[in-house]
Amino acid sequence: MAQLTRRSVNLLKPFSASVFATRHLTTSDTTPITVETSLPFTGHKIEPPSRSVETTPKELLSFFRDMALMRRMEIAADSLYKAKLIRGFCHLYDGQEAVSVGMEAAITKKDCIITAYRDHCIFLGQGQWVLRGHGIVGAQVPLGCGLAFAQKYSKDENVTFAMYGDGAANQGQLFEALNMSALWDLPAILVCENNHYGMGTAEWRAAKSPAYYKRGDYAPGLKVDGMDALAVKQACKFAKEHALKNGPIILEMDTYRYHGHSMSDPGSTYRTRDEISGIRQERDPIERIKKLILSHDLATEKELKDYEKEVRKEVDEAIAKAKECALPDSSELFTNVYKKGFGVEILQSLGSDQSEPSDTQINNRELVVQNALSERSTPIDLAGGGSLARHQHVLPTATHRQQSCHVNRHQCPNNSRH
Amino acid sequence: MAAMLQSFGVATASVGFSDHSTKLSGFSVHSLPVIRSEGRSISGPINGTRKTGKVITKAVAAQAESPASAASKPGHELLLFEALREGLEEEMDRDPRVCVMGEDVGHYGGSYKVTRGLAQKYGDLRVLDTPIAENSFTGMAVGAAMTGLRPIVEGMNMGFLLLAFNQISDNCGMLHYTSGGQFTIPTVIRGPGGVGRQLGAEHSQRLESYFQSIPGIQMVACSTPYNAKGLMKAAIRSENPVVLFEHVLLYNLKERIPDEEYVLNLEEAEMVRPGEHVTILTYSRMRYHVMQAAKTLVNKGYDPEVIDIRSLKPFDLHTIGNSVKKTHRVVIVEECMRTGGIGASLTAAINENFHDYLDAPIICLSSQDVPTPYAGTLEEWTVVQPPQIVAAVEQLCQ
Repeated sequence: MAQLTRRSVNLLKPFSASVFATRHLTTSDTTPITVETSLPFTGHKIEPPSRSVETTPKELLSFFRDMALMRRMEIAADSLYKAKLIRGFCHLYDGQEAVSVGMEAAITKKDCIITAYRDHCIFLGQGQWVLRGHGIVGAQVPLGCGLAFAQKYSKDENVTFAMYGDGAANQGQLFEALNMSALWDLPAILVCENNHYGMGTAEWRAAKSPAYYKRGDYAPGLKVDGMDALAVKQACKFAKEHALKNGPIILEMDTYRYHGHSMSDPGSTYRTRDEISGIRQERDPIERIKKLILSHDLATEKELKDYEKEVRKEVDEAIAKAKECALPDSSELFTNVYKKGFGVEILQSLGSDQSEPSDTQINNRELVVQNALSERSTPIDLAGGGSLARHQHVLPTATHRQQSCHVNRHQCPNNSRH
Repeated sequence: MAAMLQSFGVATASVGFSDHSTKLSGFSVHSLPVIRSEGRSISGPINGTRKTGKVITKAVAAQAESPASAASKPGHELLLFEALREGLEEEMDRDPRVCVMGEDVGHYGGSYKVTRGLAQKYGDLRVLDTPIAENSFTGMAVGAAMTGLRPIVEGMNMGFLLLAFNQISDNCGMLHYTSGGQFTIPTVIRGPGGVGRQLGAEHSQRLESYFQSIPGIQMVACSTPYNAKGLMKAAIRSENPVVLFEHVLLYNLKERIPDEEYVLNLEEAEMVRPGEHVTILTYSRMRYHVMQAAKTLVNKGYDPEVIDIRSLKPFDLHTIGNSVKKTHRVVIVEECMRTGGIGASLTAAINENFHDYLDAPIICLSSQDVPTPYAGTLEEWTVVQPPQIVAAVEQLCQ
């Protein structure tokens, strides 16, 4: 289900200050450190940014902490799914954490992110507008371009990151959205999280050209090592600057998912276990940051292990809290089908904001409609009728509809209607 | 009474038809009747012209479930998804023009295993793994069908086929008409739909309500291994585009089906349980909710007639009409939403055609007009449950 989420409703709060009260000073240390990304960037119709990334001890430690939290949460979700506490489909993100933390480090709270269903960690990492949960592959990309359209329309100097996978990259609507974004210079950044498999189909079997960063053709692109959080950060920063000035750009994040497509997919019928363990050994995003932290002496092994224990505890506490939460009441069934307001009268009595759905109510729907219609004392005059006709499409004449009228009062020249 | 389906999803369940076979006239309890009219064999020569051999058999498998040893039982037992595969494989063996295309149907074996093993047997082109591009590969299937192939398009979930709506409606459905009969589109579009176990709104769609207005297509819904195989074969052999609706929760149903080849009539409804007091019309997964309710109703002294309509477009008004003329009361139980569903159309059709035979208004039980919630309790509220069916029948029969 699509959701708009903000950090304030996040069950899993980021580490509180108390955890760090016992830590030494490097956590608030903002001494700049320069690190080289694992690989150079590859550009398509654009000069790629430098491999040297500016970071700080504070940032590196927060990367570690956030990624450890994400990893722990996804592993926990795996167990919860097997215990049938999470139901339906469950798409896990472990392995891809660097994309999420790198992106957060590069953007502001006002920028938008939209993604599909492999979205638990994006939610965790971000403090800004995050739209997630889209079940239809690729459908979120035109939406993302729409967010960018609104940003351009409002001239608010923010960007939208529209995320999708290598499987979704073959959706036609992506190219349609990209064309429009490029045509109108929308601040849209299309981020392809290329984990190399669209469910059971490897990228080379689904795409004639798996160089997703090039498939924008006229739109520039950048290929990024998606397992390197600093490379992701650099690329996102670069992309944001570009998009605000020149319109859309594609970022291809070369990443990997350890789990299968979802919990119903073992993930081993279309790839070898050696491949999975190989990536885990050589490219794991958390290990990379860990090595950086240790090599720069920002924390000891023991301290990092302690972090991991704290993270585990935090996740366990969140799970306990979630287990205690009540399931929604049946009265919630019709909540939010429609929004109350102008033009909602029949629909309101039929469904929006209704309290209890009862069989009688449902079977007597026609009766309800009749009642609603009979309350209108004035006939609807849509055909002809001079200047008033344009403003009359619903006639709110009964007193309880005053509220919906007020918004549009300025539109109706004849106030006696209200 | 047919055995009640106790659990869905991963667990398998048995569906037997032992009891009602004795109620059907003309069939021996111990034989496996597979009727071929005119006594001709079903498999005939393959040529480009319309097949002349009759393929109609009776609508339901009547089987003898005697306590005798299983070894002597005729037929073989399998799960619904295996029955679909069997039908598909038989047709692919029979006609080299039959091919499959869809997401992860080949190497992966299909997300619900319907096409498992077929790519290894028939090759990568005949069982084609498509990219995630529903609109285009459905269009591609239509184009291929226009020039002689018989493609089967699998939507991994029916809901994804909304992306191909234009292709299904304008090209699949209308091209035979708009080309003045020059092109036939013998495609089958199939996939799982319906409300599952907390799959969320976008994966719990009932597309039959959206597709039913498209002129030129036929729509069928399978509900048992027996009718799944028979309808799959019939759909493939049909010269018209057929949409075959499967249900996410029914793939693991187990049943014993005949060893002999059989094909079912696309336009025929299935008499599940003959009765006298009330006609209950249903299809797909709701059939099992109805049968569960029927058990309760029988205990309370009612005698419901249950018909699985199977053919969603066109309706089998012959079977339905005969039933209405007998019982004079109708309850429709469907999974579509209340507004604009199959039930709504069926209600209108029965009212128009059999109004004089009705002693009471038709009761149509449908799902609520809401996006299917993820929360299990709310999801349960969305679809029709057996107690509601019992209540409706009791109300109707007062």
